[in-house]
Amino acid sequence: MTIQQVEITSDELRHLVSSRALEGETMLLNMGPQHPSTHGVLRLLLELDGETVVNCIPDVGYLHTGIEKNIEAKTYEKAETMTDRLDYLNTMGNNLAYCLAVEKLVDLDVPERARVIRVLFTELQRIASHLVWLGTHALDLAAMSVFFYCFNQRERILDIMEMCSGQRMMTTYFRPGGLWRDVPAGFEEAVRAFIDDFPRRVDDYEGLLSKNPIFLDRTKNIGVMTAEEGVAWGITGPSLRGSGLAYDLRKDEPYSGYEQYEFEVPVAKEGDVYARYWVRMQEFRQSLRIVRQALDRLPKGPFRSNNRKFVPPPRAELGTSMEAVIHHFKLWTEGFPAPKASVYVPVESPRGELGVFLEGDGGPKPYRCYWRTPSFVNLQILPKLSKNHLVADLVAIIGSIDIVLGDVDR
Amino acid sequence: MGVESKLGNLGIVTTTLEGVVNWGRTGAMWPMLFGLACCAIEMMGSQAPDYDMSRFGMELMRASPRQSDLMIVAGRLSRKMAPVLRRLYDQMPAPKWVVSMGDCASCGGVYNNYAIVQGVDEIVPVDVYVAGCPPRPEALIHGIMTLHEKVRGEKIRDWA
Amino acid sequence: MNSALQTIVQDLEKNFASKGSEFHGQASLLVPPGQIVAAAGALRDQHGFGMLAALSAVDYWPQRQPRFHAVYQFKNIPQKLRLEVRVPLDGDEPELASISEIFPNANWHERELWDMFGLHITNHPDLRRILMPEDWAGHPLRKDYPLGYEEVQFTFNFAEIEQRKPRPKE
Repeated sequence: MTIQQVEITSDELRHLVSSRALEGETMLLNMGPQHPSTHGVLRLLLELDGETVVNCIPDVGYLHTGIEKNIEAKTYEKAETMTDRLDYLNTMGNNLAYCLAVEKLVDLDVPERARVIRVLFTELQRIASHLVWLGTHALDLAAMSVFFYCFNQRERILDIMEMCSGQRMMTTYFRPGGLWRDVPAGFEEAVRAFIDDFPRRVDDYEGLLSKNPIFLDRTKNIGVMTAEEGVAWGITGPSLRGSGLAYDLRKDEPYSGYEQYEFEVPVAKEGDVYARYWVRMQEFRQSLRIVRQALDRLPKGPFRSNNRKFVPPPRAELGTSMEAVIHHFKLWTEGFPAPKASVYVPVESPRGELGVFLEGDGGPKPYRCYWRTPSFVNLQILPKLSKNHLVADLVAIIGSIDIVLGDVDR
Repeated sequence: MGVESKLGNLGIVTTTLEGVVNWGRTGAMWPMLFGLACCAIEMMGSQAPDYDMSRFGMELMRASPRQSDLMIVAGRLSRKMAPVLRRLYDQMPAPKWVVSMGDCASCGGVYNNYAIVQGVDEIVPVDVYVAGCPPRPEALIHGIMTLHEKVRGEKIRDWA
Repeated sequence: MNSALQTIVQDLEKNFASKGSEFHGQASLLVPPGQIVAAAGALRDQHGFGMLAALSAVDYWPQRQPRFHAVYQFKNIPQKLRLEVRVPLDGDEPELASISEIFPNANWHERELWDMFGLHITNHPDLRRILMPEDWAGHPLRKDYPLGYEEVQFTFNFAEIEQRKPRPKE
């Protein structure tokens, strides 16, 4: 592939900036890809009138990894390792979305124990992701101790993940048909210890921020979004629930047994940065409820489907059964075929609707795997929300939309 | 070091110029915030209380390249970001070091495709490579310790 | 698919020369390219599909007729309905009408279609590359675009790859 040298002049962006910028009345400032407050490699071109943002043009693509094209080159089971790294704060959620899509495409069953453990881990991952959100959002607004408290708690969750899958972040623990391996002894005690201790930590964080006058000053009436705007712009997740619309995919289109759990969907009405903060703080508590229910009802049974056309046999069987050897060989060298059809499976990630569009072509490799990532869609509304706010407010708004650049750029 | 027995409590220590300069450099090596992707979260985790990096003098993560000594390239480097990386490296004043954190920064990692640079050592000279996807915070700290040892071994010929 | 969605699909089949189908409970509608703007407007205004959930494309190279399918996912939040709409596009440089007047968030999705697939979006306010650098040549997600696999440098081929791998001079 050749790269042509093309001269990019400011004429290319002329249609995006206001005429005041071209006359020199307002200033064009680059909030570059390397910046402490942009939560990753996001470039913003700001048109400033003094400190006030007149227009803000996001420039994304600095983390584009070509994951979708890489997935097309691997078989269904092996491509799952690529999926962790999209939204790297919600790794198990990405795995869940991918596994659900593959299972829907080839019509594969999942045993009940695996479904319960999947829900448990997805909610723990939601808590971990919100902890990073809270830590970095508060850090941007100069509350540095919250950052340290949140990361300390996150280590407890990462310890639980490491206990089960061997890896702290990129676990690839869910596989098509169930889980990679069963949870070890000591899992239940570790999770119970965490959920017994965590509620008072959430109270700590709320005590530090929710009535703090500086925090309220910086977040009340900043970046107001109405529910109609949110729906028109495709915003989903806590950002939309902060504007009054109770849209949660776990309630609307339940997957992996979510209809069996009792939890509420927190909704706020004002639509500003504080409302979105409040919604996510309540989601901590609701996720804890779900984890407690999942842990109480954990049934015994197999952890992965027995359908040997899609699921490789355990190694112990290879010594005794010839069919197991043949299945093992076929599945690991060639992979399983999928029908010539497509599915779209949406799940609720901590950021919004994470959808996997998976199309098969009769062969063992995905023909097309498109990831509808929430951060890509949610970021589009940033110019609208930040109009006529100060640059400092822009930082608060970016934090409240909760974007992850791996999600935006794929 | 025989003078101390004569000078004793006068509070004088004899050493080499290299020793002092290298000790000063390793004692407070300020990293520049260059977290790109998932490894950045583990880098933030190693800054956090459980694996505190401020015990090694790296409490401050400077956002500005002009005020930092160490660039930890944490995460995958895409082709669009590569010129930015080089420009930031050029803006850092000497002495400067580069730690390539994670598999994607060291060799392209899981991604061997059109969009990812196969190793940041195609763009900037790297001193220490830390393997892992992402490396544990302890692995990153081990990498930083290795870099400190390398810096303590630097000779006056190299930087004078 | 449930009956509410069935009636909507039948209504659209009648008005926009389209064809509905179903797979594992998910409804899909094949709409000709000339009708997509009108169909999207009808979906939003008459049938309550207020959100464009996703917009992407699939490349069926070396088949040319159609070569691409642009895939839209619409969501009706009050009634909890989802509908997929596919638009078949022929040839190597096809044109697709923009629906960013009706659904504002189609803006970036359509820029991504241009960037990754080379689908020229007509009436788009700002058609530039979004994920690749502005001076990139080619459209990466097309099937005739190579993956860009580079040979890995192991110990047995260390020297020969070292010759051609770019290294910084300083």
